[in-house]
Amino acid sequence: MAPADAPARLATQRLTALFDRTVAVREISLLFPANTVTAIIGPSGCGKSTFLRCLNRMHELSEGGWVTGRVLLDDVDIYGGTVDPVAVRRRIGMVFQRPTPFPTMSIHDNVAAGLRVNGRLPGSALTAAVERALRQAALWDEVHDRLNSSALALSGGQQQRLCIARALAPQPEVLLLDEPTGSLDPAGTQRIEELCHDLKRRYTIVIVTHNLQQAARVSDYTAFFYLGKLVEVGRTAELFTKPAREETEAYLTGRFG
Amino acid sequence: MSVPLPTFHNRGDRVYRATLTGLAALLPLLLVVVGAELAVRAWPSIQRFGFGFLWTGRWDPVAEVYGAGPLIFGTLVSSLVALLLAVPLALGVAIFLTEFAPKWLRQPVAFLVELLAAVPSVVYGVWGIFVLIPFLRGHVVPGLKAVLGWSPFFSGVFYGNSMLAGGIILAIMIVPYIAAVSREVLLAVPGSQREAALGLGATRWEAVWSAVLPYGRAGIIGAVMLGLGRALGETMAVTMVIGNRHDISASLLQPGYTMAAALANEFSEATTGMYLAALFEVGLVLFVITVTVNALARLLVWRVARGGSAGSRAL
Amino acid sequence: MSARAIRRRILSGAMTGLVGLLCAAAVLPLVLIFADLLHKGATSIDWNFFVRTPVPIGQTGGGVAHAIVGSAIIVGTACLIGLPLGIGAGIYLAEYGTGRLGWTVRFVADVLNGTPSIVIGILAWTWFVRPVGHFSALAGSVALAMLMVPMVARTTEEMVRLVPHSLREAALALGYPRWRTSLQVVVRTAVAGIVTGALVAVARIAGETAPLLFTALGNLNFSLSLGHPMQALPLQIFTYATGPFEEWHRLAWASALVLMALVLLLSTAARWATRQRYGTR
Repeated sequence: MAPADAPARLATQRLTALFDRTVAVREISLLFPANTVTAIIGPSGCGKSTFLRCLNRMHELSEGGWVTGRVLLDDVDIYGGTVDPVAVRRRIGMVFQRPTPFPTMSIHDNVAAGLRVNGRLPGSALTAAVERALRQAALWDEVHDRLNSSALALSGGQQQRLCIARALAPQPEVLLLDEPTGSLDPAGTQRIEELCHDLKRRYTIVIVTHNLQQAARVSDYTAFFYLGKLVEVGRTAELFTKPAREETEAYLTGRFG
Repeated sequence: MSVPLPTFHNRGDRVYRATLTGLAALLPLLLVVVGAELAVRAWPSIQRFGFGFLWTGRWDPVAEVYGAGPLIFGTLVSSLVALLLAVPLALGVAIFLTEFAPKWLRQPVAFLVELLAAVPSVVYGVWGIFVLIPFLRGHVVPGLKAVLGWSPFFSGVFYGNSMLAGGIILAIMIVPYIAAVSREVLLAVPGSQREAALGLGATRWEAVWSAVLPYGRAGIIGAVMLGLGRALGETMAVTMVIGNRHDISASLLQPGYTMAAALANEFSEATTGMYLAALFEVGLVLFVITVTVNALARLLVWRVARGGSAGSRAL
Repeated sequence: MSARAIRRRILSGAMTGLVGLLCAAAVLPLVLIFADLLHKGATSIDWNFFVRTPVPIGQTGGGVAHAIVGSAIIVGTACLIGLPLGIGAGIYLAEYGTGRLGWTVRFVADVLNGTPSIVIGILAWTWFVRPVGHFSALAGSVALAMLMVPMVARTTEEMVRLVPHSLREAALALGYPRWRTSLQVVVRTAVAGIVTGALVAVARIAGETAPLLFTALGNLNFSLSLGHPMQALPLQIFTYATGPFEEWHRLAWASALVLMALVLLLSTAARWATRQRYGTR
């Protein structure tokens, strides 16, 4: 189990994710305390991304994808019978490995996209929300004078921060990051890592990463997955220096992965 | 709690999907309705003339006797002539563009070939009447008759409008279709095939002939069949140069007729019910033949070329 | 090098040459046709040609204004009918078309694309001319729309398929319902390509004659009414070219040049639209 020294914003209870008859992740029970960053690490194919996609009900959009178990957002099961998955995704935001700005929209419209789909906001409120999101993503200074230009004119790192701003604009409670720096250069990577430190004041963050140093730098808690199972979870500092399980130690010291 | 989840409960999603499905379903519906209507309209003629309709030659609106033999004969012969001329040219284009052409030449040549498909049929017809036929009469047929006049294929007097002219015009028109699909088929051949042959010491031509072409054979046959399908149904250019005569002749220099041309020419003149039914039967036969040829062609092409999208561009 | 190796290299070179020659021969008719169109048609084109209607035999100076306008009306109406149906079917094929119905629709679309347009023409006559008792431009438009739908469906499908899956996922993760994802993100991204496909289809049907023979029929006079016969450029060319008068033949070349220019314009516009796809804004 995960430590609970802060109330858990998000929690899973024996979550199992499948593709038709194949099990991808098995019986995961994890707590994500509010306003913390939890990193999920593990070798390729261990189910990290699949697990992450269960947290905002994206997994069921894949061919044959389904789950058993519960995922609790503030103690409400998001897989409950009457819950609308679309509503869930508006409260839990996600950023993917490759930046995916909408090519036909301007920077402003990209950020506003998540807001517009939720309903009409008066013009001034919309502008304010866009600015707030861009500031939170540390992108405002670079783009405030060209909000109406195409999102594709930005660099890779800027586009990824734009995607983060887009995910933040609807003010979700949880932010899921699936290898967000995977396609960025070191400078871009660093900026996003700094961002995580700032963002956790307002949001609860779960980040999947291949990069152990990044997990060590950025997260408060780390969970180690292997072959679809949760092997170990704990405070990052403790997990990295004194892992309790053999597999964890083997992975951390680079013996496989 | 442990229930596989539905993929949508949203009403918007349901309406959207239902609307799109309805629109898409119109296509198979159209095909079925087309076939059914043709059959229904042709029924009086089918009843009266039976299978003989397909090979008897007497087409007499006055006596109300109809036989589409010459039409079917002419359609097949003109298409065959067209294929004999078009296939080498089209394969030449496809092979040249995929294997031999220098990079700077590819786009312009490909563009020109695509343009051939954009020329309207009636424009080909105008060119056929005023340029091709006089050219044939003045420069080609005398030569042909001198060399091959003894054979039944080039006997008789050449007045211009002829099966030969029809076949040539058709050939020019179907080259781009065969070439485009063949090119996609050849592009779908994995580079490793080519490289393996070259690595074994084959010359460029040998690599093409022994490694690439055999791999794409099914697709190329499909491409040729697609061209055939086009040729069978081509109307305007053909009716403007072929002579429009209900006659079966071995000589390419004589006028002929095709099913499509007959429909174009005579449909508005059909005064009686039986005349109309006979023409509808011609339409039905044409429809069945082209659907069959196209269906077979598509199956062959889908199997070889990439992802089932080859030849889908509106050529 | 052995004699055999030399023979093989010569053969390879010769075949390369032959293939190149065949390619040139394939393209030659196009060059000839364009040259003839310009040579024989350009001299007859003047302002009158575009704004006047035909004059009686024996006089000169008539034009094809009624045919140009007629073509525009008939093709435009066909687009109003055919484009929504075709694009809708295309989006269905791209978004939901992986099952049996999708396979069937795709196959049928390809088969319909190869159906002779004269057959479509006589069916349009059966359904839209015969019951009403007279020919009409609308019947012609419907016939052209029937030709257009399978064309546009397939090109639309291809273009929508090209949109990266990651864009779809990003929208879904933001809380877009599936239908809005499809319409406001995926299709919107594919718009340039869809327009290209539509323009190519328009260029095709603008040149069609056979479906109009027994529907729109043609008209010697200027007409704007969809419910009555209307002249179209391809019909006009056919009448002039197969007629007995020298003057008509001259006009046939000129009209053919205009039609060819129009088709060329549409096709080029289509290609130019695609050049600006995906991030080359």
